[in-house]
Amino acid sequence: MEKVISTNKLTKKFGNFIAVDSIEFEVEKGEIFGFLGANGAGKTTAMRMLCGLSRPTSGSGMVAGFDIASQQEDIKKNIGYMSQKFALYDDLKVWENLRLFGGIYGMKKKEIEDKTAQILQELGFEKERNTLAKLLPLGWKQKLAFSVSIFHEPKIVFLDEPTGGVDPVTRRRFWELIYRAVQRGITVFVTTHYMDEAEYCNRVSIMVDGKIEVLDTPKNLKAAFNAANMDDVFQQLARKATRINN
Amino acid sequence: MKAIQVNNICLNYGKLAILKEISFEVERGEIFGLIGADGAGKTSLFRILTTLLLADSGSAMVEGFDVVCDYKQIRKHVGYMPERFSLYQDLTVEENLNFFASVFNTSVKENYYLIEDIYRQIEPFKNRRAGQLSGGMKQKLALSCALIHKPSVLFLDEPTTGVDPVSRKEFWGMLKKLKQQGIAILVSTPYMDEVSMCDRIAFIQRGKILTVNMPQKIIADFPHKIYSVESNNSYEILKQLRRNSAVRSVFSFGDTLHVIFNSKSEIQNEKNNIQFKEISPTVEDCFMILMEESN
Amino acid sequence: MKQFLSFVKKEFYHILRDRRTILILLVMPAIQIILFGFAISTEVKNTPIAVFDPSKDDATRQITERIAANDYFTLVSELHSLDDIEKAFHTGAVKLIIVFSEKFLNNFMHTGEATVQIIADATDPNQASTFVNYVSNIINAWEMENAALVTQSQNNVQFGIVPEIKMLHNPQMKGAYNFVPGVMGLVLLLICAMMTSVSIVREKELGTMEILLVSPVKPLYIIMAKITPYFVLSIINLTTILLLSIFVIGLPVAGNLFILILLSLIFILVGLSLGLFISTLVKTQVAAMLISVVVMMMPTMLLSGMIFPIESMPDILQWISAVPPNRWYIEGVAKLMIQGVEAKYVIKEFIILSFMAIVLLTVSLKKFNIRINR
Repeated sequence: MEKVISTNKLTKKFGNFIAVDSIEFEVEKGEIFGFLGANGAGKTTAMRMLCGLSRPTSGSGMVAGFDIASQQEDIKKNIGYMSQKFALYDDLKVWENLRLFGGIYGMKKKEIEDKTAQILQELGFEKERNTLAKLLPLGWKQKLAFSVSIFHEPKIVFLDEPTGGVDPVTRRRFWELIYRAVQRGITVFVTTHYMDEAEYCNRVSIMVDGKIEVLDTPKNLKAAFNAANMDDVFQQLARKATRINN
Repeated sequence: MKAIQVNNICLNYGKLAILKEISFEVERGEIFGLIGADGAGKTSLFRILTTLLLADSGSAMVEGFDVVCDYKQIRKHVGYMPERFSLYQDLTVEENLNFFASVFNTSVKENYYLIEDIYRQIEPFKNRRAGQLSGGMKQKLALSCALIHKPSVLFLDEPTTGVDPVSRKEFWGMLKKLKQQGIAILVSTPYMDEVSMCDRIAFIQRGKILTVNMPQKIIADFPHKIYSVESNNSYEILKQLRRNSAVRSVFSFGDTLHVIFNSKSEIQNEKNNIQFKEISPTVEDCFMILMEESN
Repeated sequence: MKQFLSFVKKEFYHILRDRRTILILLVMPAIQIILFGFAISTEVKNTPIAVFDPSKDDATRQITERIAANDYFTLVSELHSLDDIEKAFHTGAVKLIIVFSEKFLNNFMHTGEATVQIIADATDPNQASTFVNYVSNIINAWEMENAALVTQSQNNVQFGIVPEIKMLHNPQMKGAYNFVPGVMGLVLLLICAMMTSVSIVREKELGTMEILLVSPVKPLYIIMAKITPYFVLSIINLTTILLLSIFVIGLPVAGNLFILILLSLIFILVGLSLGLFISTLVKTQVAAMLISVVVMMMPTMLLSGMIFPIESMPDILQWISAVPPNRWYIEGVAKLMIQGVEAKYVIKEFIILSFMAIVLLTVSLKKFNIRINR
């Protein structure tokens, strides 16, 4: 199986503080990988390194076939990114947002046009083509933001708490979009605070105090911790945290 | 006298209706949950009840005081924790707490017993700037600040958003204790798993309250039979069931699918290749059905 | 009171912990003043001047002698015709020429009105304006001493020697000294209006304003607590600027220092009220900053007379220039500091600034919401 992410003793220190403590894991092509951890466990720092936004203090990692320390520009071309905080330009229309992100990734005009039509049709947003992004309901925005993040057909897409604050129906529809992307061969790397969403992942890692404490399928994790659901697993693990930060 | 009484509150923003005829009551010593997605109108409702915003019509009383005329009285009696726990990032933990105490003409010493349980956990970092705290600790500090003047009604607007599951659980534990002191708590949340911690809840969707009841009662009143399907390839089965006209709705819930049929007779046909198991619904199932019906 | 004090303490924490801002606020004015100070050339001794005196009477002789006796000037030539004036400047032999009218003393005694032209080479505008000021002062002094010469019948009318000033080569006469009042106006307004509005709006953005409103604190307390630290900062800056301009640049306060400080305090109040007013209009710090800069700073720089003299603006702009408070403050400070006039000559500025302060303060206190704007 092709490895889309692999890390080797990946570490990030800020002064004496070890935010990420030599983590090692691999993500396979077409996988939904859940990246969990309490606030301050080091998730965001790790994710920033994987996206080529921050240089590791030591250790190494490959994302989409490129080295995260030396080939950051290549990585950025081959990944998609979506977070709840930044998703779309509010004051641009729906199609303008799509055109912008297509342009950023150097797609051709014709390609952008075709893809825009296809996405709007898939989402059932044809009527909203000329709507300003800020006028869309939150759930729609998030669906659109996800489509934008995989607009250039990246090998892997990083989703940072993509479903915060949306209603349960929209949240599930969102996950159906994720499944659809996976069927196209896109790998999904996702963080979330909703533990039921952890169950939607093929494999889940839980970070505690900068280290990856466990990594397995949700089913195996539940069995190993004798837990009814992922929330139980998480509670048992995260309570072990000793880092003063929490 | 109820702690909070809301009668037919309406609020419009231009032509857009933010709140539509909202009515409910909260008793003393009750945790009342306002459950809904972002943009449902929860924050506007909080602002009306904390006298920050005027409704277009309807009335509301907090501790027997009218939110419009007696706003000054209400401001003495309530504690409010707005969204994104507002603190002064450049003040230390202790300075924040002292400041809010003096704002309410009291001192930390006077009501320390009320916040002791919560504050003890962040006390080791009392000289750290609030901006450098983790989400869970910020949340605890914000709660301490909202409690420092011993309010009789507590308004918490999404206190657990963006906070990890462990901190969330601890937070609800604290609310339980406060409730025992007779404090009425109105709390909003987008997390369905927190619903069971509330005495009563209101589902709110696009400015409208869909139902107000105890969580157990809402589950008991669920009008449909609900089945779960376990499978290793749930997305394929989900797509398959979506195409089936006998299926009223199907959604994934953790590692299973929850299915509701249009009529019972047709279940048999489906059972041939998929294993259906009747289950009791969760609160989330109830909300989803109510949402769908209100559309 | 304890409530209020802890509020003020908190505001000071905010300001003192934002190292970069406090550094900018305290150091920037000093640097500006010092820079302008170096830009001003202070070497004006023994400047070559010439006189054209067709009248040759006691008065013109006395005035000429006094000017020639002054350390700053050396009389190098007497001109005999008006044509010589141009030549003298072109050869660069003189920097300044004094041209008396004919029958100077006669006119002065009988009509009470005599003309003297002071023509300066304004290639270096700062120097030129300095020279002109000195000469004017000397002529004015002579006039005062000899006021008795004016015939009784004319005494009730205020006439006198009218110095007619001509700036050659730079008629706009941008004087560097004028920058000191300009910088004072700019710095004080910047600190008061921008910093106050930003600090209030920051609380709106953070959401802490919601908590403060949902508390028994009186809105007036919030406002006063916000204003106090910036008031203190402004006074520190005012002191620095005055000290620097007196001791480093050597621009003494020609007029009454007390009046100058009083005028500054009123101006600071205008600035603070303006900041409050801006904060009631906007919701974000960026908007507060933009309004402060675009609406306040730009017109202040361009229309206050700091860069372009108001007199040479089109009528419409002259009208608009009456709106920014800086214009009046700068004018008042220039009068008090440089011209050294008596208090009664700045009454207009006092009245206008006080009026602005009262209006702005009332409006913003009324507008300061006890609730949230939708």
